Amino acid sequence: MRLRQTPSQTVGPFFSKALLHEGWNDLAARGAVGQAIVITGRVLDGDGAPVPDALLEIWQANAAGRYDHPDDTRDTPLDPHFSGFGRVGTDAQGRFRFRTIKPGPVLGVGASLQAPHINVSVFARGLLKRLVTRIYFPDEPLNAHDPVLNLLPDTARRATLIARPAEGESKLELHFDIVLQGDYETVFFDI
Amino acid sequence: MTILIRYTREDAGAHPSNAHAAYASTLKRAPRQALIRLEQTLSEITGPHFDREPVSAADADLSRWNGGEALGERIVVTGRVLDEDARPIRGTFVEIWQANAAGRYAHDVDQHNAPLDPHFCGVGRVMTDEHGVYRFLTVKPGAYPWRNHYNAWRPQHIHFSLFGPSFATRLVTQMYFPGDPLLALDPIFNSVPDTDARRRLVAAFDIDVTMPEYALGYRFDIVLRGRDATPMEA
Repeated sequence: MRLRQTPSQTVGPFFSKALLHEGWNDLAARGAVGQAIVITGRVLDGDGAPVPDALLEIWQANAAGRYDHPDDTRDTPLDPHFSGFGRVGTDAQGRFRFRTIKPGPVLGVGASLQAPHINVSVFARGLLKRLVTRIYFPDEPLNAHDPVLNLLPDTARRATLIARPAEGESKLELHFDIVLQGDYETVFFDI
Repeated sequence: MTILIRYTREDAGAHPSNAHAAYASTLKRAPRQALIRLEQTLSEITGPHFDREPVSAADADLSRWNGGEALGERIVVTGRVLDEDARPIRGTFVEIWQANAAGRYAHDVDQHNAPLDPHFCGVGRVMTDEHGVYRFLTVKPGAYPWRNHYNAWRPQHIHFSLFGPSFATRLVTQMYFPGDPLLALDPIFNSVPDTDARRRLVAAFDIDVTMPEYALGYRFDIVLRGRDATPMEA
């Protein structure tokens, strides 16, 4: 018997007590192996106004490029101190901040290799279903061969997926804005 | 070479589109560009687990908090989390949140002039059991006004968040109650394009779930994206 999917509905404005917990924006808190990085950014609407009630979820591989999941059956090592999942909400100015480690490259379709990236789900009041995007890293040689980035011939669109070094900060801090709508709209994926 | 499983795509008739003018908050938030279709890779077919989360029996009981019992009509909400092939999804994390019986959330942003209940926090979480079953004890949430349009009221609902086995199967939704006259007027509920799909968001009253002398019972099964029948090479 084939059942039909339950429809998505908006997360609404009142999710924070249920879904946001102390420490869930620090994926590196348990002493994960790898280069620690901080990613900050803002979620903006079609007027460039901050979205103060967005929820971001992060899913990523460990520093060796392995996902902590039974269907990632490669013999790349797991890191017992890294789960790869995080959550963060935006503040009144639409800002978010999380800390993690830079993931390793991950196999793609066929024999391709995907450049290091962080998978992101975006939920908010006014979004009836989640948006999916990816955060890629600046100055990463593998970006040039990444099969997902290469789906985007338009360099401006492609650039929305690549974090930039935060101004005046160490290169271990990156900035990534998520623009829901408009001229600089972030690329979102149908997965 | 490894054979990867794949998940079915989103069922277009089942899900709303993000651009839905009747729901005013979508106007500046729904993307205008088409989504870029990805072939599923390890990034999409894997997903988080919550084995380390301390989830206790008390987390499934929203009917008491802070040393006392919540006001309102006590209800049991239970159901199975299944994939499209009716296979139970075991050990998956289910989180819920809701307004109290008066229609007020215990949340700073909620300015509705209805009383807070010191014995209701409106937040629960469970792991599904080996049959994919979850169960909460709570009180029936009240309807509340929300300013989307003149005299707009949200139907009574409970928010649900589910993961399933992968990043691809993630779902956030809302459960509604049978016979609620506000359903016909609600732009969020009616953002779901087909009638049959909307019906799947409405729980069923169930006398067998109902606890004698204690709480009415509602059944709400949730179906997440299932496995695609044709595995592909990684």
